[in-house]
Amino acid sequence: MDQLLHSAPLLAILVSALAAVAVPLTGEKRRNLRDTWTILASLLKFAFVAMMIPGVLAGERYEMDLLEIAPGIGLALKVDPAGLLFATSASFLWILTSFYAIGYMRGGNERKQSRFFSMLAVCLSATIGLCFAGNLLTFVLFYEILSVATYPLVIHAGSEKAYRIGRQYLIYAITAGIALVGGTALIYALTGTLDFQPGGFLDAGMGAPVLWTIFGLFALGFGVKAGVMPLQSWLPNAMIAPTPVSALLHAVAVVKAGVFGFVRLVGYVFGPGLFGDMGAATVLAVFAAATILLASLIALTKDDLKARLAYSTVGHLSYIVLGVALLVPQAMLGAAFHMVTHAAMKITLFFCAGAIYVHTGKKKVSQLDGIGRQMPVTLGAFGVGAVGLAGVPLVGGFVSKWYLAVGAVDAGMLIFLGVFLVSGLLNAAYLVPIVTRAFFRSSPEHTGFNEASLLMVVPIFVTMLLSLLLGIHPDGLFQFFSISEAIVEAVTGTSFTGGD
Amino acid sequence: MSQIPALIPTSLLLAALLSLLAGLRSQRAGHAVAATGIVVSFAAALVGMWEVVSTGQSIRYALGGWIPPIGIEFVLDHLAAYMTTLITFIGVVVIFYAPRSIRFESPGKATFTYPSMALLLAGLSGMALTGDIFNLYVFLEIAALAAYALLAIGDRGGPFATLRYLLIGAAGGGLYLLGVGFLYFSAGTLNMADLSGILPELVENRAVMAAAALMVIGLGLKMALFPMHFWMPDVYTNAPSAVAGLIAPIMTKVSAYAIIRLFLDVYPPGFFTETLPITATVGWLAAGGILYGSILAIGQHDYRRMLAYSSVGQISYVGLGIGLANPIGLIGGLLHIVNHALMKGLLFLIGGSVRLRTGVTRIPDMKGLGKAMPWTMYAFVIGALAMVGIPPTAGFFSKLYLLIGAVEAGAWVWFAVIIASSLLSAVYFFRVTEMIFRDPGSDPAETSREQGGERDEPTPEHPVGEAPASMLVPVIILAVGVILVGVFNFAIISALLESVVAPLEG
Repeated sequence: MDQLLHSAPLLAILVSALAAVAVPLTGEKRRNLRDTWTILASLLKFAFVAMMIPGVLAGERYEMDLLEIAPGIGLALKVDPAGLLFATSASFLWILTSFYAIGYMRGGNERKQSRFFSMLAVCLSATIGLCFAGNLLTFVLFYEILSVATYPLVIHAGSEKAYRIGRQYLIYAITAGIALVGGTALIYALTGTLDFQPGGFLDAGMGAPVLWTIFGLFALGFGVKAGVMPLQSWLPNAMIAPTPVSALLHAVAVVKAGVFGFVRLVGYVFGPGLFGDMGAATVLAVFAAATILLASLIALTKDDLKARLAYSTVGHLSYIVLGVALLVPQAMLGAAFHMVTHAAMKITLFFCAGAIYVHTGKKKVSQLDGIGRQMPVTLGAFGVGAVGLAGVPLVGGFVSKWYLAVGAVDAGMLIFLGVFLVSGLLNAAYLVPIVTRAFFRSSPEHTGFNEASLLMVVPIFVTMLLSLLLGIHPDGLFQFFSISEAIVEAVTGTSFTGGD
Repeated sequence: MSQIPALIPTSLLLAALLSLLAGLRSQRAGHAVAATGIVVSFAAALVGMWEVVSTGQSIRYALGGWIPPIGIEFVLDHLAAYMTTLITFIGVVVIFYAPRSIRFESPGKATFTYPSMALLLAGLSGMALTGDIFNLYVFLEIAALAAYALLAIGDRGGPFATLRYLLIGAAGGGLYLLGVGFLYFSAGTLNMADLSGILPELVENRAVMAAAALMVIGLGLKMALFPMHFWMPDVYTNAPSAVAGLIAPIMTKVSAYAIIRLFLDVYPPGFFTETLPITATVGWLAAGGILYGSILAIGQHDYRRMLAYSSVGQISYVGLGIGLANPIGLIGGLLHIVNHALMKGLLFLIGGSVRLRTGVTRIPDMKGLGKAMPWTMYAFVIGALAMVGIPPTAGFFSKLYLLIGAVEAGAWVWFAVIIASSLLSAVYFFRVTEMIFRDPGSDPAETSREQGGERDEPTPEHPVGEAPASMLVPVIILAVGVILVGVFNFAIISALLESVVAPLEG
């Protein structure tokens, strides 16, 4: 058991890589067996990740040095609270997404399902890899793999439009990737190390021009995936991918990899002290705040449901970035926890959008009048996610937003408190009407109860419950709240165990 | 063991000769003889590399028992082991790939192809092994002659392109020889080890300086260093696929190797960097070449021409490593020799497989090939990812080291050039990737005719489908190699390359 625990980081990465190979080899003709691989891999992956939670919370850091891949730099895995938080939420949601995706792909009779499930598994391998990366090079390695493996999923539809969007996606992703490689080379050449250190390892002695260059390259690299404006435009377009991809990758795994990159950059490369002193924190905060407001405003104008959700994602990713950039413990705690709560709530909304599309063919908000009577479970779950994102108590979003708001006050930045409040209202304005018109308007099309397949409805229901659970008892689910606290303690040196 | 340095080129020379004799009786026998010789030389190169790595000592062999510096000496050191292993490995892969491809693309020419391939490899491995600057010229010309013969059997434009290459190559060889002459009159020796002892006293000598400049320009022409690359695109485009797959990966690299050898082991430290700004000049030309090659590659419709322009850019990465002239940068450049050899060999051979099965050489016609020849096309994706520099393929690491080297040298323009070129490579390689994995919608022959493209019709003998095993296996081996070299690049660096760049330390 102990042996297993100590190789768990690697196993968690490998198990979905294996599935990625097994899936196309099994093939479309034996699709039940093929989809079993996906389910099995997702369950095992989560098990490997979750078994490390108690140890990490007790202060254990599971480390593996696999092989030296560059002079003095190994392919190194190190499981710390930050990586574990992201890995746990991503791998758990992959289980639900797997069931949902099987229902979605079969329900919609989609093409190239083997390639779809295989690439999804590669993406999850890469995501967990970058969660557990012990140094910047390992991180960049997995980050690049994630970028490329997402491409076949974006062009899944195979239409001219999909290819055009795929090209745009690649240009953004490759630009981001090479910026990261450049930044990594810069850091290595100047410091000789790339190992993540809680509290950072760069120092002010390197001089402002160099530090700003590093910041610029990494902000470009992470900003693309995190959808920080003006680098966001690929994300709403990428919604052309099948909904399970939008739900898991473009609300959780891929985009949060960018956000997680900012967490690593600020907390483990620059360190909050240096990041604040050099002024980069302010720059990042301003960009994030602008993104929050603009994305929410754009979301209001979108009639396409997935596009509206995409802009909502853009906004919420910047909540986390802003929380990190505020640098105070409470804001960072809120940011870390928002990674989890937003994941649960947003995946619920995307699942609902997909269920509606597969079941009724409806894609636009204006077509949803009265649909709540036909699909009450789906739309009910949508309602929970919607009010949660707006920050209503008893749903997870309230808790994370509360700490973000307290953090803004602690940091003495009341303007950002204003940003959080205004955007909360905007969130409500663009999400809640969807639910009200679905339930309170009537339409002759949607009368009798007629839900989507159970493979889709059950995951929707589960993610909705998760969103509620995170709001009612934040530490009840996989101790996410304690892990978030552990991150902040590691990065800032503040202790939450005394009071609070 | 001390015979190893001689064994590598001799077995190849012998194979070339016997293969020609056997080939006159039967093509199959000719191929078998050439293949045997190449495999033997590869085995010898492996044993030699093992010996050098495990003892840390160079293996020296005095040719004909004449003691150097009077006689010619072969020296198998870390750098020579690195190069010969690469050269003979590519040789092995291509010789097994060649028969089907050559019979299809250049019917009736196979008899002379195999001996020429062995001769080319003999010349190139001789260049890598020799410890004598004049002998290097001899091997350079041997390799060049074999290359002219191989290239001229290609498509319609082949002979003309080759004639141009021949003239340029002769000029390059001539300039190098002139430099050798200058050096001989000044230093009185041709032996590299001897020269490195004598030259420190002659650094102010004008003839010694002129010799360095002439030799580097001559080799630069051979290496296709921008702007001396102009002969290359036509040559590669018209060559038979198997020949392009042999020549593109290693031929220009060996000239780059010769420059590195002069820089590190013949001329005294600082001569190429300070006395004459040779490395910096090479670096700036390379930076230009990277951008030029990558930008022109984007506009190409012919798959092979695209690869040729990409080669102009990629050989420049090696040039950039020379230009940086610091250990990590040069390691990046040296590593790129192997990386690019594997990727470019892979991509040219894939071109040959596609041509055999579909007759297609133009990118717009490659639509839908992902379905027809999936394994070959997955291998293409690996090659494309490596060219762009996506981990864990080999291409990622050479670029990373070059970037680190650029920071250490404070070469910010080159830093930006490397970054920009990755993006440009992404543009032209993903264009092809997108094309091959599209659904084969409209009839590809039709679109080709509209654009005036050339296209052989698939024949019953060559149905559309996966390439035959003799061509698919080499492709897969190279694709796996691209990944393995990436993952284990540090093993190569610590075993071989760190000792190569040791003169630059401190």
